[in-house]
Amino acid sequence: MAQTAIDNADLMVEMHNVNKWYGDFHVLRDINLQVRRGERIVICGPSGSGKSTMIRCINHLEEHQQGDITVGGVPLTQDVKRIEQIRRSVGMVFQHFNLFPHLSVLENCCIAPMWVQKKPRKEAEELAMQYLERVRIAEQALKYPGQLSGGQQQRVAIARSLCMHPEVMLFDEPTSALDPEMIKEVLDVMVELAEEGMTMLCVTHEMGFAKTVADRVIFMDQGQIIEENAPEPFFNDPQSERTQLFLSQILGH
Amino acid sequence: MIHNRDMIPERPAPKSVIGPLAWLRANLFNGPINSLFTLIGLYLVYLLFVPAIQWAFINADWIGTSRDDCSREGACWVFVNARFSQFIYGLYPSEETWRPNIIFAGFFTLIAWLAIPRLPLKRWVAAFALLAFPVIAFVLLHGGYFNLTVVPTSQWGGLMLTLLLATVGMIAALPIGIMLALGRRSEMPIVKSFCVVFIEFWRGVPLITILFMASVMLPLFLPGDINIDRLVRALIGITLFQSAYMAEVIRGGLQAIPKGQEEAAAALGMTYWKRMGLIVLPQALKMMIPGIVNTFISLFKDTTLVMIIGLFDLLGIVQAALSDSRWLGFSLEGYVFAAFMFWIFCFSMSRYSQYLERKLHTGHRN
Repeated sequence: MAQTAIDNADLMVEMHNVNKWYGDFHVLRDINLQVRRGERIVICGPSGSGKSTMIRCINHLEEHQQGDITVGGVPLTQDVKRIEQIRRSVGMVFQHFNLFPHLSVLENCCIAPMWVQKKPRKEAEELAMQYLERVRIAEQALKYPGQLSGGQQQRVAIARSLCMHPEVMLFDEPTSALDPEMIKEVLDVMVELAEEGMTMLCVTHEMGFAKTVADRVIFMDQGQIIEENAPEPFFNDPQSERTQLFLSQILGH
Repeated sequence: MIHNRDMIPERPAPKSVIGPLAWLRANLFNGPINSLFTLIGLYLVYLLFVPAIQWAFINADWIGTSRDDCSREGACWVFVNARFSQFIYGLYPSEETWRPNIIFAGFFTLIAWLAIPRLPLKRWVAAFALLAFPVIAFVLLHGGYFNLTVVPTSQWGGLMLTLLLATVGMIAALPIGIMLALGRRSEMPIVKSFCVVFIEFWRGVPLITILFMASVMLPLFLPGDINIDRLVRALIGITLFQSAYMAEVIRGGLQAIPKGQEEAAAALGMTYWKRMGLIVLPQALKMMIPGIVNTFISLFKDTTLVMIIGLFDLLGIVQAALSDSRWLGFSLEGYVFAAFMFWIFCFSMSRYSQYLERKLHTGHRN
């Protein structure tokens, strides 16, 4: 482990020839991806192309059947302790927020620091308030998720993840379930996070976001990475036909 | 163009919309057929209710010592009065009833303490109730320590026995049921099949059979020198039976929790037990309060089946008293009393569960 850490000190996430099947269906095909520390990656592609599945493999919410995944120098194996160790350093934001409805906003943010990192309640609460402040929702701390709007819930979900001090954040279509007028408040928080140097992998169709903050844009189709480029050439000069078609469909109107 | 210069002030609703008269008209007399049914209904209530009140209260006899004190025009509560201590304590020696009394007092105090939200130290009281109180109750009721006379469990009975069976059954079945429900959803084949077999076996057999097996068959299989107390055997049977039902109720709750909840907990690095204990189970149990209390209530009433293995619970002891030659012919009074006692406990549980549901409601779930 020490060797890999020295060799790839800069690599946050590495996927090498990753393959995954749902039954007979080949969802991920020879995925190779390297994400350096501090890099911001946007992943796009038609629905069913395996984007979400790919990032969900990184924290083992989905299991891959072939290939190697390394997160922060730690190889992802079947070992439960290892998986939990990796998950502690990987934050995730879901399409449907997945806040815990039986806990207040503050408790949502405190529960993992208290029970996973064994922080004292007071310290966890201070930390939570600090991050809730950052996503501009501190005044709602004592409310329950059911009392908040979608945009507010998603910002709480981001704060909840940040409370664990993750080294990399995964965003799984964070704005797809939101009403149009709430998308901006969530994207603003994500842009700030990117500007602070957080390593991010975002599955999103927000091409404006991709143009502003992404270091690289990845286009996936049918379980494969079709094209991978910096945003400027990716949008202005897409190489593959499928990328061109996809871009014309989502940017065409 | 429409332009209102002044805001229209709020006005009270007209009398035809609110108030008791409007309610009556809307709900009971909103048409000739409905009015007819209302009147027939009222007449039936009158036919049933008035004689019942007359029998139970107005013409009833309350004070006395023997059947001769009863006029027989109404209920003879003298019977219940004379047998009251048996109904409560069974055959527990009358000079020792202070012992169950202390336990009764402790039992109801603990329940009230845990149920009333204002009272402090909930955690400590709950720990005391679950860990220390059962030991104290056993020592005090059974005796044999501290110069207390031994009262064997065969002399325990009445309401005391009913409450004991029901409480132990409920408290023991809940955690076992939770484990079985989690086990049945497990991905480990051995754990899963064990839980499936266990649940389906105990659910497929009537409780009466289980009690009968525990009381008659089990001693035949055990070596002669091992003798498990009959009450303990009944308790084990009831608990295992109940936990199988509880497991299925809780599994229903677990299935209703969206998968995203466990994923979010997993993504935060929580272990399986933390995901379950902190995130999934609290939501599932909250959702399943009506189902859990329903199972509790049916268990409370099912405890009457211990009669067939010779334990005298509340109903059993009432029935035994009915065959006393000095009190023949008072079965109605006896059964009404037993029904009333059961109803009080079951109704309280039902009300408390409704209160809990309201209290734990935190807005819609996502």
